[in-house]
Formats: sequence, structure tokens, C-alpha cells
Amino acid sequence: MTATHPQNKILICVGTSGVAAGAEKVADAFEHELSHRGLRHDWDIVRTGDRGLFRDVLVDIITPRHGRVVYEYIKPGDVKQLVEEHIVKGEPVASLRAGQDYEDFFKGQMRIVLAHCGEIDPEKITDYLAAGGYTALPKALAQPYAHVIEEVHKSGLRGRGGAGFSTGQKWRFCRDAAGDQKYVICNADEGDPGAFMDRSLLEGDPHAVLEGMIIAGYAIGAQEGIIYCRAEYPLAIKRLTIAIEQARKKGFLGHKILGSEFSFDINIMQGAGAFVCGEETALIASVEGKRGVPRVKPPFPAHKGVWGKPTLINNVETFGNIPAIINKGAEWFSSIGTAGSKGTKVFALAGKVRNTGLVEVPMGTTIRQLIFGPGGGMIKKKVGLKGVQLGGPSGGCLPESLVDTPIDFESITKTGAIMGSGGIIIMDKTTCMVDVARYFLSFTVEESCGQCTPCRVGLKRMLEVLEEITAGRGTQEHITFLKEMGETIKNTALCGLGNTAPNPAITTLRYFPEEYEAHVKDRECPAHVCTELLHFEVIQDACVKCGACFKVCPVDAITWKKGTTATIDRAKCTKCKSCYNACNFMAIR
Amino acid sequence: METENQISRADIDAIIAPFRGRKGILIPLLQKMQERFGYVPRESIEPIAEAAGVFPVEVYGILTFYAQFYLEPRGRHTIRVCQGTACYIMGGKDILDHVCGKLGVQVEETTKDNRFTIERVACLGCCGMAPVVMIDNDFYGRCTVQKMDEVMENYK
Repeated sequence: MTATHPQNKILICVGTSGVAAGAEKVADAFEHELSHRGLRHDWDIVRTGDRGLFRDVLVDIITPRHGRVVYEYIKPGDVKQLVEEHIVKGEPVASLRAGQDYEDFFKGQMRIVLAHCGEIDPEKITDYLAAGGYTALPKALAQPYAHVIEEVHKSGLRGRGGAGFSTGQKWRFCRDAAGDQKYVICNADEGDPGAFMDRSLLEGDPHAVLEGMIIAGYAIGAQEGIIYCRAEYPLAIKRLTIAIEQARKKGFLGHKILGSEFSFDINIMQGAGAFVCGEETALIASVEGKRGVPRVKPPFPAHKGVWGKPTLINNVETFGNIPAIINKGAEWFSSIGTAGSKGTKVFALAGKVRNTGLVEVPMGTTIRQLIFGPGGGMIKKKVGLKGVQLGGPSGGCLPESLVDTPIDFESITKTGAIMGSGGIIIMDKTTCMVDVARYFLSFTVEESCGQCTPCRVGLKRMLEVLEEITAGRGTQEHITFLKEMGETIKNTALCGLGNTAPNPAITTLRYFPEEYEAHVKDRECPAHVCTELLHFEVIQDACVKCGACFKVCPVDAITWKKGTTATIDRAKCTKCKSCYNACNFMAIR
Repeated sequence: METENQISRADIDAIIAPFRGRKGILIPLLQKMQERFGYVPRESIEPIAEAAGVFPVEVYGILTFYAQFYLEPRGRHTIRVCQGTACYIMGGKDILDHVCGKLGVQVEETTKDNRFTIERVACLGCCGMAPVVMIDNDFYGRCTVQKMDEVMENYK
């Protein structure tokens, strides 16, 4: 690289999703193509983390003349054309440019935590420094620790891991706890299916998380930090390892940081595949090398944590907010959001919306605004919105009538769902709510640590009942049982996992009772999901005799000849739904 | 297939050595062991227990508690079918059922010819490309039953 920073930049998103779509190959193709033409030195190729919108491979070409031009769905084969036309001739390639959806997705977002994701190279500390990184740390170190805690407290920041406890208060408890040895733990055991904000932040801007942790360490008087990261996130672990090494070299970590009296270091611990380890007391047990089972609180980790020492545990996103709060002040932060929930929240938007990805919006934004703003509306307009699932397996399903609920801790809790870590799954009319409840229960049953009876046995019984209902053997008693058992587990389980695990069943029973009725009384699945209740057949009148179903059937259960209506042999049919999905005329039911 | 007699005590001791005398070593040590052998061999458990200062039964306790540890050798390729919420809603279960049916095994099982081990994974974090399947270290997005049939042919 030349000493002067080239003004010409190519940004390529190479987070896990980008890599899955072939981003590394695209980046290599640019390297090769530019070198081949002798242009490599005039261009800075920046491999960034994921920006949040999944458009396979996103490439930005930035020049003084055209500013930033964003291209989407780029394949290695497109690179030659991009270099030829945009870079050499200076004519952007209109056919590959990102469309209206891309603009809609970012319009209305407010990016504080994700500010650098997709903009900088996460493996280069110089990029983070150039973007204003590590300016909050010296600012914090120049103040007494009590001021730092006060600033975080006044900002109104609440934990982003799910429970929403005041971050400033947690810090104060930890600072006030007796003990000479204290720990800061970053909870990166993001296990909720459908949530990937922590992964993206760690991959896209690891230094911001480190900076937040170091400031927390200074505030509470800790000497050691631990990042407990899911082993399923190899790329995040790799980038964190690089970032820690770089921070040590620059003196942001280690002995007497930036010439102060404060010494602090951070290590990474890899999880070993247990969802319950996201619960803080279970996480502590796991760090100590034990089975990750939760224990009764109190004592809280702030008093008795790792190795019995006071321990501060915050979520990745919480730490990601800290540098901005210190730099811009509590007043600025608390001016964003609602009365009880300040700042922004990152949501993982997935399911049946046009644009899926990470969205950061001010607290108090409604679910509808998310779906029809950044989300771009439903994939299939005709099928229509049925509901949303919030907060992962501990969360709840809300019906369409509640999608105008503002997203803040209080309003969401009132509906019976929880904010959780911020996963939002959009469901349309082809989603069966009974099956969704069954799905989440099967997840929590699998992940229950087995320590307390309500969770170990109660959830299992609920799951068995839901399986009966989806298999078409449900009774009215089953529904009564689910309601009773759900409340019992909620009130008696030992930890947060058990307390919230019945939520998917409880909320679907509350908001979608007619679907349970249909399964139990009519032995029908209105959404055509529960396979036991389905028998596939071709609707004669609707069939256009195109043979699309015949071509996709993997078990040759469909007979069709040109110009004839297809027929399905039920003896051979495995109910894989390939034909149902392939038919564009709703002629298979 | 790695046979048991290929595992030497010297190999095991070499892996354990750097961990001795530190606290909280069990999980990282087991991860290292698995990284080396592809699973945690039974003959390594007593030495590990001794190094960590615990009973072997506690090591088994850890091994069976965490989903990531294996006590048996694995197939040559691992197929991980994502059953995260987004993938599930987009048809991930149909994919899993199809793969299991086609190979004649259940989830967490290995085919008789040692070609594939099937796993269910809670979320691969690529919800935008749902349903997602990971074979070894390769990701496949927007999977269909037909696509799976084609893709699996590339792994012998």
C-alpha cells in the first residue's frame, strides 16, 4: 500500500454472510483485475464486515468523481466489467447497481452501534482509529471512575441482552462490591435462533466492543476481561483475536494503559455449544470449566461472579454503545428513544419480508415501521402479514393487530413477548402458529440444562402435547393443560430460560386461539404446514397443466404428460411440499 | 477411519502439557483435544482428569453436557442443516427431513459408509439466505430439496 491514502476505495462486505455468498472470491477478483491492469496502487480495497443487508455480495466503489456507488449481487464474473467500465472508463454500471430496496433499507435507520459495520476493515486498527476510534478511552481515563459510571447511568442505557437492566446501576454495584480482583465479561454467547447482531458487530467492528469493555474495566476497577463467544462464530473469534493483539501493541490494553495507573487485559473463551450459557450464572460456571448450569440469584454476579469475585457481565451490543456515550455525552444519548428506553436497538429482521438483515433504529419505533420501512414489506404481498415473533425462543408471537406497538422494553413486555436480544421474525399466512410454538418448545426442551423440574419435565410435557395437536390428535383438554402448565413453569423455573420458555405457547394461545381450535376440532392446519394433517392433491380447475410440480417431485410421486392435469400418488408422496411450493397457481393443496 | 490404536499417549500428553497448573482449563483443553482428533478419545479422559484435578466422571459430565463435544469418530463430511427460526419458517425442516430420509439416518447419526454425519444447528446467523445448509465449511443458501441432492453429490 502506498504511504498516501488513496482516495479511490472499493468496499467489499466479507462477514459470514458475505463469505457464504462468495465475497472473498469477489475481493480476490478485484485484487487480480487491478494488479493485472497496473492500477492496484491507486485503489484501496477494504474488506469490511457485513453492513446488515443481505444482497449476496455488496461492493461499493468510491471515487471523487462519482462519490459512492453501491453494487449488489456481485459475482466474481462481474468484476471485469466493473473494473473496465467504472474504474477505467469512469462510467458506473447501471445494471448492477443496488436498487430502491437498498435505499429504503438504510433510510430511517440511526446507526450508533453499527456505525462502522460495513464501512471499515475490522482487521485494521488504523481504520478504527481513522474513524474516531479509541478517543473515548483516553477521555474516560482522564475522569474519576465515578464520573464515568455517572455518565453511563445518566444516559439511561439498558442491557441489550434481553432483560434490560440499567447498565450504569450494574456498573455501580460492581464498583461498590468488596474485592480486590474483579472481572468484566462480554456475553457473546448469542444463541437465539434468528439473532445475529452480536456476530455482525464482532465481525464488523471488534475494536468498538473492546473499547467499551476497557472503559467498563476502568469504571468498576477490574484487571481482567473475558469475551465468552459462541464457537459457531469462527470469523468473529478470528477478528477479535486480531483486534486484541493490535490493541495491546498500541497500548490500549495491558500494563498502565495510555500512561495511566490502570492495567487491563482481555482474553477470549470459546463456548462449547450450550444455549443456557447465555444466562449469566451459567456462563460463569462455564468460564470456570464446569457444566454450564444456572444457579439461584442472589448472590448476583456483581457480588459473586467468576471464581467468587465481583463480575460485570454485559452483552456485546451494550458495550458497543459505550464509546459513543462517553464521546457524545449522556444528554445526547438520552435524547434518543422513549421515556423508559434510551438510545437505539439493533434488530435482526428475518422471515417473510423483502429485505432481511440488521436494522438499527431508535427505541420506540413501531414493528410496522420496521416491516414496511427497512423491511420493504412482505415478500408475497398477496399472502399478507399474519404476525411477528419477537425475542427468540423466550419471546412471543404477536398478531397483526399489535404490530403498531412501539418497540421499547415496557411496551413489548406488556404484550407478553419480550425484547430479548432483538430477533424479529416476520410471519405470513403460510406460517402455522401452533407449529411455531412447537418449534420453539422443541428448541428449549433440547437446551434445558435439566437442573430444575419445571423446565426439565414441564417443558417436555408441553412439547408432547403440542406434538399431539400438530399430528391431529389434539383435544380440548390439551389446550387447557398448555395454559396451566405454561403459567406454572413461568412462575417456578429457576432461571431466565425456564421462566420465559413457555412464552411462545402462551402468546400463540392468547393471540391465535382459532388456529388451535382448527387443529383440535376440525383436524385442519389452516396454514398447510402440519404435514400429518395434509394430503396433497391437485385442484383440477386451477391446474394449468404446466408440469412444474412433476419436475420438482424428488420421489416420482407425480404423473404428468404435456397437456394433462397432474396427479399425485399418495402412497409414494413423502409430503416434502416441493410441488406445493413450485406451483404458481395455488393448484395444489 | 481413525482407528483407536493410532492415538498415542505421547500425543495426548503433548496436548495437555501447556494447560497444566492453570485454572478453568477443562473446556479449552477438551476443545484442543477434539481439534486434534476430530473427537475426544476415551483414552484421553483419565489424563485430562488428572491434569485438571477432577474425577473422570466430571470430565464425562462436561463432555455430555455441551453439544459440541463428540465421543465417537465422525463421518468424513458433516452436514449441518440450520433450524433457526428464519430457516425453519422458510422450509429448513423439509430440507432436514429430506436429507435424513435420503441417507437413511437420524439427526446426530453417521451414515454406515462414514460419508456423512447429520447435525441440526440452531442458527448459522445467515438468516437472510434461509434456508441455509453448511457442509463442512461451505455454506449453501436458499436451499431446496433438489439443490441438496445436487450439492451432496460433491462430497464423496
